[in-house]
Amino acid sequence: MLKITSLVKRYGAGDPVLKDLDLEVPGEEVVSVIGSSGAGKSTLLRCINRLVEPTSGKIFLNGTDFTSLGKRELRVGRRRIGMVFQSFNLVDRLTVMENVQSGRLGYISTWAALSRRYPKEDIRRAYELMERVGIAHYANKRADELSGGERQRVGVIRALMQQPEILLADEPTASLDPKTSEQIMTLLRDLARELKLPVIINIHNVNEAKEFSDRIVGMRYGRIIFDDLPDALTKDAMHEIYAGVPHEDRQMEGAAA
Amino acid sequence: MSTARDTWRKQPFIANPVLRYGLYAAIAVYIVTTFATLPIDWDRMVQGLSRAGRIFGGAFPPSFQRSELLIDGFMESLKIAILATVGGVLLSIPIAFMAARNIAPLSIYYFGRAVIIIARSFHPVIVAIIFVKAVGFGPFAGILTLIVYSIGFVAKLLAEKIEEIDPGPVEAMRAAGAPFLSTLVYAVFPQIMQRQIGLGIYQLDSNLRASAVVGIVGAGGIGATLANAFGRYDYDFALAITMVIVGAILISEAVSGAIRKRIA
Repeated sequence: MLKITSLVKRYGAGDPVLKDLDLEVPGEEVVSVIGSSGAGKSTLLRCINRLVEPTSGKIFLNGTDFTSLGKRELRVGRRRIGMVFQSFNLVDRLTVMENVQSGRLGYISTWAALSRRYPKEDIRRAYELMERVGIAHYANKRADELSGGERQRVGVIRALMQQPEILLADEPTASLDPKTSEQIMTLLRDLARELKLPVIINIHNVNEAKEFSDRIVGMRYGRIIFDDLPDALTKDAMHEIYAGVPHEDRQMEGAAA
Repeated sequence: MSTARDTWRKQPFIANPVLRYGLYAAIAVYIVTTFATLPIDWDRMVQGLSRAGRIFGGAFPPSFQRSELLIDGFMESLKIAILATVGGVLLSIPIAFMAARNIAPLSIYYFGRAVIIIARSFHPVIVAIIFVKAVGFGPFAGILTLIVYSIGFVAKLLAEKIEEIDPGPVEAMRAAGAPFLSTLVYAVFPQIMQRQIGLGIYQLDSNLRASAVVGIVGAGGIGATLANAFGRYDYDFALAITMVIVGAILISEAVSGAIRKRIA
């Protein structure tokens, strides 16, 4: 279970990007975070694994206070949090297998990583997961030979290789076409159920958020102003979250972003 | 619409006309006075021409009689160039990482930059003179010189390449809890490897050329053979050596160009 209490992130002297934010994600549920660009969705996600250093507040993952971890402890702690990125963040010139195994870098020695001597059970797990999402036959292909949807599958598998306790997905479908986007969302939801993994997804496409998540969190200017079941997300609630964006532009934003 | 203007001129680089024409005039005056006051002795120029004629007369036909000396000198130059390239490129990698702002902390960054600036600030001939004084005549001085030369070039360009990498994979490795060195190996190396190989091949080519020059001040190789030939007025032998140097450089340039095109 992830528990965030009074999280504040401030860059420089300006207005904080996250303002005294509380969020709890119990057990295995898929939570979508929606909100217009600049609402602080991405910062929130990156504060959880401290890719962005929180200014104040506490973040607990299954009892560990991540905000108080030292440099070394943080590195070990990050292995427990998987992350999927908008631009996939694969290493183009490495093979799919190497990209998948890079999710294990926190566990294996630098020498094993350098010489590509991966543990047997890691290789078995990699093949199982790749088989599950249909990319096992690409194991020896270079990552830049794959299509967008396939690349994001590699990104998801890389995160799952960590055997994480939670999965963070930062706009995982924003660089994909609508059809591929749905496939990736389906995949994330199904994998979350199979692996009993809580997932937090930042997403622009409200329709997808409603369809694929158990719960929706709406952010606006660094605050959570909506937190309920997908069905409770009414037109009025949407207005509130996306205030400032004209109603007719909303679907466009979802599709284009 | 009829009032739209139909003339347009590019804005001058220097807006103020006084400053602009003043600057042009100043440059013209400087060039004229420099030529007027330069101590060019036309008599000596004419004498030089006839001396040059004698040298070229003596150089033809080129003499390959002492080809053993020529081959020895050339092989030594080749060894100097290869060893210096291997040593220089290997040393360049850690220095480049130290001099990349997105990898190194500020203090180490300044240290890395300082090493590169020092390595770049002296022409190889000057470095060679210092190393010849330090370790004596011969190829060892040449190797040390060209290592310094290689670091100045390769480390600088490699550091720039490291600063240009896509930070996405680095972020992904950090998020997975990868240790620092593993992150470099997986997220940074693959992105700079191609450039590194290209730079290494270019540097080998460049070192071969430079090894002929530093040899003249005593750092071994075919440059030393060439300097000796000139010293003994063996102009025909000197021409043979020059031809071999030019030929070798042409070949190495063609080969390195072909390889770099392949891996691009």
